[in-house]
Amino acid sequence: MTLLEIDSLVVEYPTRGFRSQPFRALKGVSLDIRRGETVGLVGESGSGKTTLGRAVLGLSPVTSGTIRFEDREIQDLGRRQRRELARDIQVVFQDPYSSLNPALTVSDILSEPLLAQGTPAAAARARIRELLDQVGLPTDAGDRFPREFSGGQRQRVAIARALALRPKLIVCDEPVSALDLSTQARVLDLLIDIQEATGVTYLFVSHDLSVVRHISHRVAVMYRGEVVEFGDGDQVTSSPEHPYTRTLLGAAPVADPARQRERREAREAALAGTDGAA
Amino acid sequence: MTDLTPPVPTAPALGAGRTSIIRMIVRDPLALTGLIVLLLMVLVAVFADLLAPWDPLKPELALVNAPPGTPDHPLGGDGAGRDILSRLIFGSRLTLLSAALAVGVSVVIGVPSGLIAGYTGRKFDAVASWVSDVVLSVPNKVVLLAVIAAFGPSVLITMTAFGVLLAPNLYRLVRSQTIAVKNELYIAAARVSGLSDTRIIARHVLYVVRAPVIIQSANLAGIAIIVQSGLEFLGLGDPGQATWGSMIGNAFAVLYLAPTAMIWPGVAIGVTVAALVLVGNGLRDAVQGTSGRAPRRRHRRAAAVAVPASETASAAPVAVSDGPGELVLEVRSLRVGYPHGETTSVVVDDVSLAIRRGEVLGLVGESGSGKTQTAFAILGLLPRGGEVLAGSILVNGTDVVRLAERERRRLLGRAISYIPQEPMSNLDPAFRIGQQLVEPMMTRGLRRAAATKRAFELLAEVGIVDPKRTFDAYPHQISGGMAQRVLIANAISGDPELLIADEPTTALDVTVQAEVLALLRRLQQQRRMAVLLVTHNLGVVADLCDSVAVMQNGRIVEVAPVTELFGNPRHDYTRKLLGSTLDDTDARPAYREPDAAPQEARA
Repeated sequence: MTLLEIDSLVVEYPTRGFRSQPFRALKGVSLDIRRGETVGLVGESGSGKTTLGRAVLGLSPVTSGTIRFEDREIQDLGRRQRRELARDIQVVFQDPYSSLNPALTVSDILSEPLLAQGTPAAAARARIRELLDQVGLPTDAGDRFPREFSGGQRQRVAIARALALRPKLIVCDEPVSALDLSTQARVLDLLIDIQEATGVTYLFVSHDLSVVRHISHRVAVMYRGEVVEFGDGDQVTSSPEHPYTRTLLGAAPVADPARQRERREAREAALAGTDGAA
Repeated sequence: MTDLTPPVPTAPALGAGRTSIIRMIVRDPLALTGLIVLLLMVLVAVFADLLAPWDPLKPELALVNAPPGTPDHPLGGDGAGRDILSRLIFGSRLTLLSAALAVGVSVVIGVPSGLIAGYTGRKFDAVASWVSDVVLSVPNKVVLLAVIAAFGPSVLITMTAFGVLLAPNLYRLVRSQTIAVKNELYIAAARVSGLSDTRIIARHVLYVVRAPVIIQSANLAGIAIIVQSGLEFLGLGDPGQATWGSMIGNAFAVLYLAPTAMIWPGVAIGVTVAALVLVGNGLRDAVQGTSGRAPRRRHRRAAAVAVPASETASAAPVAVSDGPGELVLEVRSLRVGYPHGETTSVVVDDVSLAIRRGEVLGLVGESGSGKTQTAFAILGLLPRGGEVLAGSILVNGTDVVRLAERERRRLLGRAISYIPQEPMSNLDPAFRIGQQLVEPMMTRGLRRAAATKRAFELLAEVGIVDPKRTFDAYPHQISGGMAQRVLIANAISGDPELLIADEPTTALDVTVQAEVLALLRRLQQQRRMAVLLVTHNLGVVADLCDSVAVMQNGRIVEVAPVTELFGNPRHDYTRKLLGSTLDDTDARPAYREPDAAPQEARA
């Protein structure tokens, strides 16, 4: 059952200068996500993957096309309606340093969405304890400030904040890119566990194919504002059809010297081939 | 950090909480003095009726120009025979009131308009900024004189008008601060959380804006006092009220008869303004120590491990490979730390490694493992407070730790060069690429023409297709991958024997990373450089390195040739690190439709 359906989405940003052409960040993107599914969105910088996530969150201006959530078009909701949608759509950002206000305690940060939606204070406190437990943070974490935590722990706080209202969809914008390798794997597994326990749906944005492969049921590959390949996660990340996805897959170095040498040589051969053809 | 507390593993010990700013001001003797003076002034003003021995407005013939020390009139009398002390005490009332009024008006106008303009932008911003510019360009004194001419000598009206004239200062400050904080991710997160704009401004933006506003207000209050006194001095005040400014004016008229009468109001004005400035500066210092911004990842230091300075070294693995080629770099039992009084936080401990000509050594570890600190110690560029506490660093057999600062600097760019992690922040945006390549070569003795020619060759050598165009470009005109190529060109321009690359591809896209890795490989082989490659990316290590040293908590836990390390890791930590790569993990099992209505019902 489809939870989110994006159809021919175009996002343009105005550029400076008189009568200059606007910059087209998304050029007609279509995508669907089913309930309880993770769709990975992979691409390089400037591919539009983050813009797509932000458009779903209402943080990017939609020029044309539709974003349908459940049975409702949400691409041009007013601010008030958008605020109501906060119950259903939440976010985890990449940078665990700037996504938490350094002046607020963890409890304050977590209570923010709850109080904004009118949860009574006592219920909010109980929910915060539940959330801290759910993301594997100690109960006394609530009284501390973000700076007292490591990057991985901060990202757990950000995940707890996203979960506070029991949303149906969480947009994860490079949530593990700023983390160390071992922390990365733990946070990904936490996200998977939460999904299995609660049935939440993820739109998972990342530049890293191996991260996306680990968590996604289906993967969409973006290149210059377009989805060039969209399909089963395993297939897209191991035997892709589109040449760009193949380039992407071949470019990421693997942690195995012998295999990496093979990949490198294959890549060099491919490059020499295209040079010769051109 | 104070000397009394031992360093803790988390970086900043200073609190940004609500109470700590006040605490810091109390600890700052100058600010505390200012604060006490201001409090006294306020008390004097409030209790003027009780404190003043005489009526400040009642003239007494015997007291005309009486000198200080007259019985019952310690400061004497003024030209009209009024008690100076009483006038001084009552004068504080109007002076402080007018300062408070001017600042209050400018805060009420400037802060909300600045918040709205900065947060929403668009039309309000355009209009408000235009008005602010107009007000700022009007000469203050002239407007005030016009106001006095129109409304009469009322301090309240004059100072309200002055507050309006001051408001653009606060407006501009608040607007720029708001624009800066508006793009923080936590504001976006708050919006997604469903907070209304008013709530976001009240909760997140106001917190950041608050401190600068208080600081600026303290300065504005000082200015208001001076301007108000100036107007009174000119005789534009209300003659029915005692003020410091009018006291100076009166004293000025009888300067030759009673020269001391001028001193008291002058001192009162000076002390009050100075106290305001001191409090403002104290606040600024307190806030700068506890900035509202989160520390960014790239500024983070390796997490410190507190180790007593006497701990003896254990047998740590030494990264020396056998094989041909002379040793270019040899590090022996290196210990790097940050001393804080009695204790020292040691970030690199007992690290030994060696690189031969033509060899690439990877230094891997997670954040806080000390890998970057090791690299900076070799370069001699440790951050402030960092020191090499023990051990030696031999470059071509010379111990550089014992070299004089100047000789050590001379090595950089010649024997040793460096490729940083963030290419963009390592190019100066104000200068063309070409100039940034040519200048280091000229300091090494090349003439401009020769250096320019060499720069073109280097740009071509690092695979830049159109060297002329890149040479003439500014850093913002090129991509991140291109910028890294430029920095690599810069690094090889001095024909170094040792190249230290700190996460050289971490900030790059994966396809660009592959190109830069290929470039590094080619240059390293052609030039037979020794390379120390600091990275957390095991794929990069597998691609480029001959041998690998794994660091954890400031120590090297394992060193091995690259195939051996990946094929047969011996240390637990190495195994854990290799185990956490996602390269060979299975893809997520296929999607299944979740059971109907599992978590849908909300609590």
